[in-house]
Amino acid sequence: MSDKRNLFNKVWDLHTVQTLPGGQTQLFVGLHLIHEVTSPQAFEILRDRKLSVAFPERTIATVDHIVPTSSQARPFLDGLAEQMMSAIEKNCAEFGITLLDLKDERQGIVHVVGPEQGLTQPGMTIVCGDSHTSTHGAFGSIAIGIGTSNVAEVLATQTMFLSRPKVRRVVVNGELASGVYAKDVILYIIQQLGVQGGVGYAYEFAGTTFDSMSMEERMTVCNMSIEGGARCGYINPDQTTVDYLQGRSFVPKGADFERAGKWWLSLASGEDAQFDDVVEFRADEIEPTVTWGITPAQSVGISQPLPKVNEVAADEQRLIREALDFMGLKEGQSIKGTKIDVAFIGSCTNSRISDLREAARIVEGHRVSPHVKAIVVPGSQLVRKQAMAEGLHKIFEAAGFEWREAGCSMCLAMNPDKLQGREVCASSSNRNFKGRQGSPTGRTLLMSPAMVAVAAIEGHVADIREFAGVLV
Amino acid sequence: MVSTEIRSITATGIALLLDDIDTDRIIPARFLRCVTFDGLGEHAFEDDRQQDANHPFDRPQFQGAGILLAGRNFGCGSSREHAPQSLMRWGIKAVIAESFAEIFFGNCGSLGIPAVTAVRADLVKLAAVIETNPTLEITVDLQQLQVSAGDLSFSVSMPASARDALVTGQWDYLGRLLSAADQVKSHAKKIPYLTGFRM
Repeated sequence: MSDKRNLFNKVWDLHTVQTLPGGQTQLFVGLHLIHEVTSPQAFEILRDRKLSVAFPERTIATVDHIVPTSSQARPFLDGLAEQMMSAIEKNCAEFGITLLDLKDERQGIVHVVGPEQGLTQPGMTIVCGDSHTSTHGAFGSIAIGIGTSNVAEVLATQTMFLSRPKVRRVVVNGELASGVYAKDVILYIIQQLGVQGGVGYAYEFAGTTFDSMSMEERMTVCNMSIEGGARCGYINPDQTTVDYLQGRSFVPKGADFERAGKWWLSLASGEDAQFDDVVEFRADEIEPTVTWGITPAQSVGISQPLPKVNEVAADEQRLIREALDFMGLKEGQSIKGTKIDVAFIGSCTNSRISDLREAARIVEGHRVSPHVKAIVVPGSQLVRKQAMAEGLHKIFEAAGFEWREAGCSMCLAMNPDKLQGREVCASSSNRNFKGRQGSPTGRTLLMSPAMVAVAAIEGHVADIREFAGVLV
Repeated sequence: MVSTEIRSITATGIALLLDDIDTDRIIPARFLRCVTFDGLGEHAFEDDRQQDANHPFDRPQFQGAGILLAGRNFGCGSSREHAPQSLMRWGIKAVIAESFAEIFFGNCGSLGIPAVTAVRADLVKLAAVIETNPTLEITVDLQQLQVSAGDLSFSVSMPASARDALVTGQWDYLGRLLSAADQVKSHAKKIPYLTGFRM
């Protein structure tokens, strides 16, 4: 008899320790990732209650949000950051947790490190005190962001209570046009379904467009599920997934790998799997997409005009006005030509080697516009090392980009990388919220790293398809 | 550890009926450079307040308010528990919104902050009442799922599991999870990736 459960429900059922009368599930957590921002208070809870960590080998720590990306010498210039760094070092040592710190070349953004090390695997439940944990769903796992109280719960019990969400299959079929990337696909989906459309749902991304994506592209898509309101997004494991994992340090080897691979593939939603909802899009509807507003759904295809206030639903008009006013843009105008001050390539969304290769390919032989400050921040030390082995840093530096150390950097500005005043930033990150990049009045335009590279060179938002000689 | 039973909250109100208020706006990331949640209260909505001299969190008549009225998708974005922590430390004891983002809602539950939803029309009416009478006490009754303020009364919603945890004083989830420790250990033996994928 075929299993009509989708992947989400198979994995959920496997990890269900018990279901409470009220319907909540006590879910076993297969992999717990922690970082310096959302964990210190959780360890304090353990100390207050005299608790230990139940499964210390199932938690891995790294440092990313607060680390400076220029000089990483200790102590950090920022005393508060230094205090947080000391806290995670002390906590991990005391509670027996492996910490990939700055001295460890495996350090980097937690959502880059997990997959890179093969910690992230299909069929796992993965949690982290960070909303972009959804990234790990790219491997066919249930991966969700949690709060600090939950971090304490998972440390102490390796479980937490959750209500089972519904599952929506988001289908995209077809080949992406040249100049259209995974980032554009997820920005388009969020634009279509809204920032709240996914609340109460896990998103299964399915269809030929995702089938033909690399694992890194799939991570970009799943990373931004949360921006569409879905706490979790995933893609069914296939041969691409298995091939990516083979040989990574935390992945089993030999006969164990053979068994693992079979099990991973068996988890994929079957052809008759059931879903609570299905929506379908076509890849050829998607063009290079740029956000113009203050939520990730406020985006347009590069050739489309911004919305006109009177043409949107009445209950949306106030937010559209607020966004236009904050961004200093006019209804109905084109986003193309918007002058930028800063170009940022990095973040857990788009800082992997394929992102850097594509951006370098575009940048090569060009110069960053004189009024633009441009930085490239690799997602991990290993991404950085790989990029340097390929000479990508030389291409970026020759063009006028700054080449930095690994970290979250300007995605959220908990470190020295910040916008100043009302600067406009073309950013490969995931959030364009007011103040997100460190200046209360700073403005963020989200786009693919390739489009950030083009904007850096042109000095304004431009269509990659019109950028000389880049696309074949 | 036994947590308090939270059956109803009575306090004065403060209205912020905007949509898609994200957790970066509730507590900007620079204030997350800390190892405790102490002191977050004074920075709630700091950047919004800097840009709006008339922000409700700065208006004298709303100092001391305990019930926050919010719009659609309140608390979207980052998972930072610092967001409800900062609201709680500012004085907020309950939130009534048109809807909530999921992680924020869960974090409120962890802190014993009732987060209930109401239809927009009722929120707009209550906001108007608060504006004209900021000292009026509002009651959020979790047993009846009813909000009352003077002559105004309307029903609110909350998922049963979250409400039951509050009204029965079982919102300290850690204690409940710990009591199943043996069950968890034996469950781990059924997980393929913890047992060499031997099924």
